[in-house]
Amino acid sequence: MKRFALRLVFVLALPALLVAVWWLASDGSTNVFWPPLRTILQTFPDVWTAERLRTDVLPSIWRLAAGYALAAVAGVAVGTVIGSYRRVRAVCEPVLEFLRAVPPPVLIPVIMLFAGIGDTMKVTVIASGCVWPILLNTVEGVRAVDPVMLETARSYGITGPSRLRDLVLRSASPQIFAGLRQALSIGIILMVISEMFAASNGIGFTIVQFQRSFAVPDMWTGILVLGLLGYLLSVVFQLVERRALAWYHGLRDSTRRSP
Amino acid sequence: MLDVRGLKKVYEGSGRRVEAVRDLTFTVEAGELVCLVGPSGCGKTTLLKCMGGLLTPTAGEVHLAGRKVSGPPPGMAFVFQEYGRSLFPWMRVADNVELPLKQKDLSKARRRELVTDALESVDLAEAAGAYPWQLSGGMQQRVAIARALAYEPEVLLMDEPFAAVDAQTRADLEDLVRRLWRERGITILFVTHDIDEAVYLGERVIVLSASPTVVREQLKVDLPDERDQLHTRVTPRFAELRTHVYEQIQAAKRGVVQDAVVTKSDTPPLR
Repeated sequence: MKRFALRLVFVLALPALLVAVWWLASDGSTNVFWPPLRTILQTFPDVWTAERLRTDVLPSIWRLAAGYALAAVAGVAVGTVIGSYRRVRAVCEPVLEFLRAVPPPVLIPVIMLFAGIGDTMKVTVIASGCVWPILLNTVEGVRAVDPVMLETARSYGITGPSRLRDLVLRSASPQIFAGLRQALSIGIILMVISEMFAASNGIGFTIVQFQRSFAVPDMWTGILVLGLLGYLLSVVFQLVERRALAWYHGLRDSTRRSP
Repeated sequence: MLDVRGLKKVYEGSGRRVEAVRDLTFTVEAGELVCLVGPSGCGKTTLLKCMGGLLTPTAGEVHLAGRKVSGPPPGMAFVFQEYGRSLFPWMRVADNVELPLKQKDLSKARRRELVTDALESVDLAEAAGAYPWQLSGGMQQRVAIARALAYEPEVLLMDEPFAAVDAQTRADLEDLVRRLWRERGITILFVTHDIDEAVYLGERVIVLSASPTVVREQLKVDLPDERDQLHTRVTPRFAELRTHVYEQIQAAKRGVVQDAVVTKSDTPPLR
């Protein structure tokens, strides 16, 4: 219990300090664009009502989830194929490097042309940005499967779906999760950006809307909501990862203890 | 049971042609425990992989129980030297042992029975729920042996399985192999570079030449069935046999110097 309390203090100390600095530094501010934190927090409950959560936050989360899931499935599937066959890899690698180098936001105007301005466009934008880290990490993970393990599987007749499920994907899972983690932050960025183009709801839309109507404290609350959402998602991600990769962390700790 | 005829394996790649195994012919009878021993780098692993259907030989054939081996045969189980890389770290011990059985047409109850039985016979029943990396090296290799036992193979191939564990654990594992062989009557082909180990374990020792490999000698080990680390290793007969095998290996190594294009300047270790 005491250790838990101590950890809590460590976790909360820096955020509390930063909030305090912001609070004190902005308290006497008369600058319209830098309202005092006090004002922002007072505005917060008025802006982010249950109604607003339903009409703006939920659609954003839904788009993010759909785009992210699509990217995860496509990235792992295509990555596994590319990682498994050397020929396919030789053909695909230069193209992949090029596609990855294109910043996803510049695709928004292009995607708008054929996917319209609705949810399809936003989900496509999120998916097309998230897919790269997942795909490239999966390729590396699948390539790095231990040859002794592959030979073991072969000699015991572990082939087909079982080989994929019980060996290749499990062995690549630490890298796949590294890709998924990078993709999550990219996804949040793209969710906001895509909503700033031709949208009628969503967190990104709301923030732009407040900015254009000079509701500056309201705009700041939107930024806070985004920060909180990102933090929450990363906590959830860590929980999932810790469960799925418990073996990996255990293995790493045990090899660190006895090299 | 296991019949190797005129086996030859040549690796070819990037302008280099390496003849690892030249011409190997030998048999392992059902229920026999045979040790293969040879100088280091003599193509033991290549030979085992050809027998296990993991490599295609350049010439010659391997027959298991009358059927020609062309791909990993279901009646063969492997125990690798690198236990840490052969067990799957994301699966618990029992799941590791059970995984190969899932490919066979067995009921769940039968699978569980085989897993429990195999783990009990290597004294690891209580470790069933642990992950491999939570166990010591010797225990991990016992898990790998249990996995092979549960597979109910006709022939068990062991590729220098105890090369990476400490000497005391190694002695225990050697006794375990002897015990399992006697209790279960399985056929075992045990590859090692350790001469004492080969003589202590085997009913028969096949001495290989240096690469390109041929059979140099087949030696019957006429030690009593009942062997133990303390007494067997000090009997005069054991000393004679190991001296004989040692001389053969040394001669094989000198053979390397004569035949090979590249001569290495490593002197044989003093004992």
